[in-house]
Amino acid sequence: MADKSIIGMDIGTTVIPVERGKIREFAAAILDESPEYETEGPPAPPTFTMTVAFWPRVGPMPDLGLNYMRVLHAEQQYEYLLPVQAGDTLTAHTTIDDVYTKEGKKGGTLTFVVFKTSFTNQRNETAIVARQVIVETAKAAV
Amino acid sequence: MSELPLLQFDAVAEGEDVAPFVLENVNRTHFVKYAGASGDFNPMHHDDTMAQAVGYPSVFGHGMFSAGVLSGYVTRLIGGVANLRKFSTQFRGQIWPGDTVTFSAKITGKSTENGENRVDMDLAVTNQDGKAIVLGSATAALTS
Repeated sequence: MADKSIIGMDIGTTVIPVERGKIREFAAAILDESPEYETEGPPAPPTFTMTVAFWPRVGPMPDLGLNYMRVLHAEQQYEYLLPVQAGDTLTAHTTIDDVYTKEGKKGGTLTFVVFKTSFTNQRNETAIVARQVIVETAKAAV
Repeated sequence: MSELPLLQFDAVAEGEDVAPFVLENVNRTHFVKYAGASGDFNPMHHDDTMAQAVGYPSVFGHGMFSAGVLSGYVTRLIGGVANLRKFSTQFRGQIWPGDTVTFSAKITGKSTENGENRVDMDLAVTNQDGKAIVLGSATAALTS
């Protein structure tokens, strides 16, 4: 089980090139046929930064004490500070923002871990701040 | 995609329900396209054999698939991605093949911040039984 000792822990950095074709593919996958994605410099869709999964993390993934068989995605939050569009390069830096517990309705303690990721553009400006909340259940999630 | 209204600051009122977007008959291709685009290849979203082996009736959609379609509904309402300031989602349930899913929004607040006219919205993704799949909120800048 994760505990408060991991708050503030550095989870590493990932560099994401924001590519026009990937934006088209992502927009199609979220069923968005808006003409803004057909331009030469399309914006990144609001949840496009999920594609961080394709790019290698710099630095080791520390052991957070989580049992991933019991982990579910509980919440996802974004603050948009500056536009992001094709041609930009984002650097994602993730830290552990918070850890807290709640008593589950079906018994057992739920442990919530909040990952905060700042996405900085090629001008070293923070463009997006994302928070991902995962929950570790007392029993297996499946 | 059905036609959605373009929200304008002067025309919307607190408490107003916005025209929903309905996605009928969700299918496995939706999940597979999202897996490929996002890089989330958790087999629970594309492999029925593995999903059934752990007790699910079938594959089910990624939470971020529903959140992504919801984000597209919102950005069309507000006139583009550039007008979105905040977008938050909580995952409450699963989306299954064959479901008909409704994406909806309600105006909860109007304000002027940083020289912008902004609205706050509550968001929901619900299935054909009225069960919440995703609940969320958004803040957007609108033209008057």
